Amino acid sequence: MRVVLKIKRFNPERDREPYWAEYEVDVEPVDRVLDALEYVKWHLDGTLAFRRSCAHGICGSDAMLINGRNRLACKVLVKELGARITVEPLRGFPVIKDLVVDMEGFFAKYRAIKPYLINDEPPPETERRQSPEERARFDDTTKCILCAACTTSCPSFWANGEYIGPAAIVNAHRFIFDSRDRGAAERLAVLNARLGVWRCRTIFNCVEACPRGIDVTRAIAEVKRALLFSSL
Amino acid sequence: MYVGRERPTGGFELFAWFFMRISGVVLILLVLGHLAIMHVINTVDEIDFEFVAARWRSPFWRTYDLVMLWLALLHGLNGLRMVIDDYVHRKGWRVVTLTALALVGFVLLTMGTQIILTFEAPASRATAGLP
Ligand code: HEM
Ligand code: FES
Repeated sequence: MRVVLKIKRFNPERDREPYWAEYEVDVEPVDRVLDALEYVKWHLDGTLAFRRSCAHGICGSDAMLINGRNRLACKVLVKELGARITVEPLRGFPVIKDLVVDMEGFFAKYRAIKPYLINDEPPPETERRQSPEERARFDDTTKCILCAACTTSCPSFWANGEYIGPAAIVNAHRFIFDSRDRGAAERLAVLNARLGVWRCRTIFNCVEACPRGIDVTRAIAEVKRALLFSSL
Repeated sequence: MYVGRERPTGGFELFAWFFMRISGVVLILLVLGHLAIMHVINTVDEIDFEFVAARWRSPFWRTYDLVMLWLALLHGLNGLRMVIDDYVHRKGWRVVTLTALALVGFVLLTMGTQIILTFEAPASRATAGLP
């Protein structure tokens, strides 16, 4: 199957603004967009820059805008898209080169919500135990791979890049609702700000974008509710 | 959820978010009622000074309009503040736009409240100088 790959390219050292480049590639229908990109890089144009690592949807490196939607290039099959495929870098991040974006700000926000277990009670002899029900409480948000598909699909984030964004809230949720953790207050304090959880307008783009199927908007709503009910 | 030690409570942004929901729900009722009375049951052709004066002889409608004024205005003002937060990022412009918003809001709220609270309905059309 022959497809035309239309890629938004930009090399800040050479180009004044981004431009579209088109590549014709022969692919199998069950090839992924990532395979097509690799074909371009390895056989047609070695200057094309994109990130990928695991190639199996778990490292979160290759989120990009594919036919107008945030997807992982390694999880979308060419046959789902048809003969013309457009690929752009994630929206709302500075472009370093082609499909490679600067995620420093994204990870700074992730670090701000303290994404690690906080508990200074003396550790038990064996382990910190948890019932299946307690584990289930935050199961959904453990699935995040930090690909930034949600945050860069969010109009609130596009408008104001200082918004902490859905990905950071999802990862805060993962610890706030963990029965072994004692840091909920610290995390909620970070999120209870003008550019914190209250920037969310319940637009649901994040849910549609998440390649892991996380119910992102629900997680955000649960954090809002936790803040609201601890002050009522 | 295990909220340890100090609990994060309150905060203006939390309150503003909650206020948008509550005022929204109350506004559905108030605004629908307002539309029905002022634009559907009575048309704008029938509404004149006497109509308004008659309505405001009752403390109920004054309260109704006062609550609607405060909720709609504060709701709209806070909504605009959110829009400014979205699109105005330069510090100087933020100060200018937010100050202008606060001033306009204050003036409208003060004027509206003053009129609703101090309006004296004349006993009849004649005393109001109307034919
Ligand atoms: C009739 C019933 C109304 C309901 C149920 C309602 C509900 C809401 C809610 C829930 C929000 C928050 C949205 C969010 O945070 O995602 C909102 C935002 C807003 N509302 Fe209303 N509202 C009503 C009437 C009004 C009126 C009368 C005005 C104008 C005076 C108004 C102006 C706004 C503005 C400017 C925003 C901000 C939009 C934004 O966040 O970008 N609303 N409304
Ligand atoms: S390359 Fe790792 S998620 Fe796609």
